[in-house]
Amino acid sequence: MSNNNSSASGSSLGNRIKNMTDTNLLLMITIIIFFLMYLGAMIFLQGGFLRWQTFFNILNNNASLIILSCGLSLVMITGSIDISVGGITALISMCCAVYLDYKGGNVAVSILIALAIGIAFGLFQGLLIAYLDIQPFIVTLAGMFFARGMTTIVNTKPFNVAHEGFVALKNTRINVPGLGFVNPKGIYVDAYVEIGVIVALIVVVVMFCLLRWTKLGREFYAVGGKNESALMLGINVKRTKFLAHLICGLLAGIGGYIYFLHAGNGSALNAAGMEMNAIASSIIGGTMLSGGVGNIGGTFFGVLSFSTIQNIVASVGLDEAWWTGITKAAMLCLFLLIQSIVMARKKK
Amino acid sequence: MQNNKNAGVPAFLGKLVRQQFFIPLTALVLLTLFNLIGDPTFFKITLGANSAGNPVLSGPLISILDNGSELAILAIGMTLVTASARGQDISVGAAVAISGSMLLRMLCGTNSRPDTLQMPIIAAFLIACVVSMLFGAFNGILVAFFKIQPMIATLILYTAGRSIAAWFNNNELPIVKDETFAIFGGLIPGIPIPTPFFIAVLCVIIIMLVLKFTNLRLYTQAVGTNENSARLNGLNPAVIKVMSFVILGLCVAVVGLIKVSRVSSINYSVVAKDIEMDAILAVALGGNSLGGGKFNMGASIMGAYVIQYLTTTLYRYQVSSDALPAYKAVVVIALVVMSAPAVREYFSTLTKKLKVKEVA
Repeated sequence: MSNNNSSASGSSLGNRIKNMTDTNLLLMITIIIFFLMYLGAMIFLQGGFLRWQTFFNILNNNASLIILSCGLSLVMITGSIDISVGGITALISMCCAVYLDYKGGNVAVSILIALAIGIAFGLFQGLLIAYLDIQPFIVTLAGMFFARGMTTIVNTKPFNVAHEGFVALKNTRINVPGLGFVNPKGIYVDAYVEIGVIVALIVVVVMFCLLRWTKLGREFYAVGGKNESALMLGINVKRTKFLAHLICGLLAGIGGYIYFLHAGNGSALNAAGMEMNAIASSIIGGTMLSGGVGNIGGTFFGVLSFSTIQNIVASVGLDEAWWTGITKAAMLCLFLLIQSIVMARKKK
Repeated sequence: MQNNKNAGVPAFLGKLVRQQFFIPLTALVLLTLFNLIGDPTFFKITLGANSAGNPVLSGPLISILDNGSELAILAIGMTLVTASARGQDISVGAAVAISGSMLLRMLCGTNSRPDTLQMPIIAAFLIACVVSMLFGAFNGILVAFFKIQPMIATLILYTAGRSIAAWFNNNELPIVKDETFAIFGGLIPGIPIPTPFFIAVLCVIIIMLVLKFTNLRLYTQAVGTNENSARLNGLNPAVIKVMSFVILGLCVAVVGLIKVSRVSSINYSVVAKDIEMDAILAVALGGNSLGGGKFNMGASIMGAYVIQYLTTTLYRYQVSSDALPAYKAVVVIALVVMSAPAVREYFSTLTKKLKVKEVA
């Protein structure tokens, strides 16, 4: 008994880790690794990493990825997958670009177009996956093919959007007071974020609340954990899966528009490999593809870690084209191994 | 008696619908009908001569045999991986780039444009096979020992593969000048049918013999159906899974040889692009469950050729290669919806109702 007590007090942290849920444990690992990585970059690389603007630029460049990853996390939590988001993003950017520039439309309607495309994909894919019980991988693969193909059918040549209202919106910068830096000329420059970042943060907060505190949110986890048990609890499994894909489609619509807003062009090559980046970010954030485990907060930090490592690689001087791919893969591999080891240890 | 004869047709149809070959066969028949009505010249095969004076058959059907063969070879490995690991390998395209790059590195050495080959083709191919199988084993180990879902584990190689391929050759584009090397993706002098088809036939014969005379099929299906019961029966699921990934690695190396031989060079970012999707589709089109377990190798291989059939048909109708995926997606969705359990059930109740009416 006494032996037991002393060991308990000796490894109270270990015990606490043992008692944590899978979701929280993986979330903690992600956050710790992100901060260690960023701190390491600040200490050893200094330069840009000491400025807030570098951090905000990571957010600016990845606002759309954050939104898309939130959608993917949700789908993965319900035990499904969606690999069409990159294609949807490309399709949205092309459709909106053509609408704004060639048809002389206005910005508000272009946002509606983006949302409509996203929701249409989510609706159709969700119906096929949830109600016809077709494998999600195949359905969303077809979705990806369709979106990519449609993008070139809508317009073949890539072009920059010159629409005035859109460019004004694209260049809108929201200054963050007090976090700027003094440039080499001795002038103080305020740090800024783009509109996309604000939207992304709102999406993260809303999705976080949805998953944590609403009945629907808990149903997503239940369905992902085990279909049969969820059914026994009286959850409408099909409807829940359908809603997950619908929300993912909606988020793909929002994320697609934010991507378009950041890139400012329509191109069939836009958002190439985005779906894989989003899946990788979700995994780094502690979402498991097997379903039932995941956290939107983790996803947020997953995207940040995923893009910070690319910044670090670039500033170390390994800027040959292949290093980015290899480091991204190495990082994904590392996180997968950590997850796998942690889960195996907990089971014992 | 009269009743029995009448009921025979729907019963036969019902039996056919339940067959695994039903989906690829239906797709094949539909595509053939479509081509017959739309443009019968699709089936024309002409015998000509290429620039070297060798006889060569040409026509859409030959191009299906030619290009579908790569897909068929990959479908063999993908079927095994799908069956045992209950997931798909999405890194095969990148792995083809790796093995092709390794092959060229061995053939050309450090000089990217040598006048003579630096080593015999067979030796270079064997080294490429080993490298490719090692990468397969890497995927397999992640899946089998670290219990990572296959799609996610192979996402690592998917991300890094093309970068690694470029790295092998220092991002240069080696060119092989030797003419014998072009045989594997082209023609054997004197034989008018493209070589890849013969390579695919060889691979299919080998895998059929292996499936017939070894326990590979039984073990793979056992592991895929229920890992725990397989273990209780004395199988080691991890070993079987790694093995299926290694076999896929071998298939990838063969495809790498064909792909590189076609152009005698390589383009890291384009070679075998999106082939993983087509390979997975081939398995799904063959009516195999992507959730693992039982599989039908013949149906998968047929699925591969059907997909190439579809691609070639679309090209015939002036669909640009960029827009191609959109049409493919529509066909795929139509096929999977048709084969969805819910839809099938609906149709079988429909035929039952018809039968009842007939009897009445």
